[in-house]
Amino acid sequence: MGYTVAEKILLNHSDVDHVEPGQVIMVRCDVVLANDVTGPLAFRQMEKMGTDEVFDRSKIVMVADHFAPAKDERSAILIKRLKEWSLAHEVAFYDQGRGGIEHNLIAQEGWVVPGSLIVGGDSHTCTHGALGAFSSGLGSTDIAYCLVFGEFWEAVPGTFQVTVSGEKGRFVTGKDVILAVISQIGAGGGTDNVLEFVGPGVRSLSLDERLAVSNLAVESGAETGIFPADETTAAYLDGRTEKKWEAVHSDPDASYARKLEVDFDKLEPLIAKPHNPENVVPVSDVVGIPIHQVVVGNCSNGTMTDLRQAARMVEGKSVHERTRMIVVPATQKIYREALAEGLIDILVEAGATVSTPTCGPCFGGHTGALAPGENSLTTTNRNFKGRAGSPDASVYLGNAFVAGAAAVAGEIVNPEDVAA
Amino acid sequence: MIVAGKAVVVPGTNIDTDVLYPGIYLNIDDPELMKPYLFEGLDRSLRDQLVGDTVLVVGENFGMGSSREHVPLAMKAWGVRCVVGVSFARIFYRNCINLALPAITCPAAAAAAKPGSEISVDASAGKVSVDGEEFVATAVPPFMLEMLERGGVIPWAQHKLARA
Repeated sequence: MGYTVAEKILLNHSDVDHVEPGQVIMVRCDVVLANDVTGPLAFRQMEKMGTDEVFDRSKIVMVADHFAPAKDERSAILIKRLKEWSLAHEVAFYDQGRGGIEHNLIAQEGWVVPGSLIVGGDSHTCTHGALGAFSSGLGSTDIAYCLVFGEFWEAVPGTFQVTVSGEKGRFVTGKDVILAVISQIGAGGGTDNVLEFVGPGVRSLSLDERLAVSNLAVESGAETGIFPADETTAAYLDGRTEKKWEAVHSDPDASYARKLEVDFDKLEPLIAKPHNPENVVPVSDVVGIPIHQVVVGNCSNGTMTDLRQAARMVEGKSVHERTRMIVVPATQKIYREALAEGLIDILVEAGATVSTPTCGPCFGGHTGALAPGENSLTTTNRNFKGRAGSPDASVYLGNAFVAGAAAVAGEIVNPEDVAA
Repeated sequence: MIVAGKAVVVPGTNIDTDVLYPGIYLNIDDPELMKPYLFEGLDRSLRDQLVGDTVLVVGENFGMGSSREHVPLAMKAWGVRCVVGVSFARIFYRNCINLALPAITCPAAAAAAKPGSEISVDASAGKVSVDGEEFVATAVPPFMLEMLERGGVIPWAQHKLARA
């Protein structure tokens, strides 16, 4: 019996000579990532372990993104601790103004290559499956162990094969592919498994869109969502990394726990209704719901592709008087590219607030919390009750076309009806 | 490994870590200081039941979402000895095992438990007792069982460092 991509990568990063779902193995990491929330907690756990030595400083990346720029003294202390620890251990550290949201950042900076093993103290570490890597979100005690030993324990997951087919519609994006999957299997349906995306439709997904697909894999309970590397991956990595890599593909006789299909021909932009990403409906089902805040950004949809989509919907128009629009480019580099391309000007002219890269508005940490009774349409990945401010607010998830359209209309609309 | 305590029932499916410990309190890194915010987005009154040794009884896909370890850290700081549930989200489950907080899958016991029920859990034997009635739990894999019995990842790491 052959292996899936996930099984092959795990096999390549362990000392065992065979893997199968459910088996518990120790797995070596190529990158260990943490942020200003999970890093300092991991450092505490390292102290309890009684060591200050890291396994390999060239494989560790720390990013100030969650509470950066610091919202208060306690947050500032965490970021200071992250920075001082990083400097003392001579590991990569990206401060505000020099980095961005960790997942987009480390992909952009060439830390991630196909076949590699990425762990991060953040559930959206699953994002790196977009580059054909195996990536796993872990807690801080796990990260502490990874920092010291460069490995973690892993129950080998099964694989759900998702075949994407058909022609992508004008306002349909990667976000809609993953919402369709979550809708099919539910918020816990992917637990103990990874998703693997194949089929002719995958070719029409840009790397930015794949990042969004993989990013929301965890919202189905899956450990990651893997796109086996292809020409899109190679083009993205060209000039971005000096790491050597080879594409990893599943064997023809690999065993899948489940097979799913997403057909672009039947897909329209989707919305996940409050308060769970599995509450997915076509946008046409929720047209007319008033929207008080729109957020375009975060680790799922703050890429150039997303900013272009949002800008296209608001260009030459004004954000509706009922609505606040917040745009968060995912990295400093994206921010500059968007400036150079004139997107920021289009968005600001329309009345949007543009923020420095940060996780703040996505997790209710800071910048853009919601009041009771308010509705928000965001390109982020979670709409849990209270996550973005008041528990009596409602968050709808959608793609950046839908978000831009809602900002202009002041309510949920089908982008088809706003577009010129 | 045998643990026991009074049941605190956390109703609902897909209970996410945001309601269990809201994001605005993630800038706290001392477990004692995390305690006042456990269940803050779900039902604050659940904290009033966290007296002495307790066992949380939870539903399906408990702990989904964010990797925030603040949730099991705050649970442990409150004296929660075990979590018995229908099913667990992956990272929450890992975090529990790593902190030596047994997360036991046993839907029948979860259904039988009422607030205040006396629960005892034998993780090694895969048994859960609720007010004297015994239920068979999903077996904890040997690796995770050993991790629990050793006291979690920190003693595990200390042991490994001592051997090096």
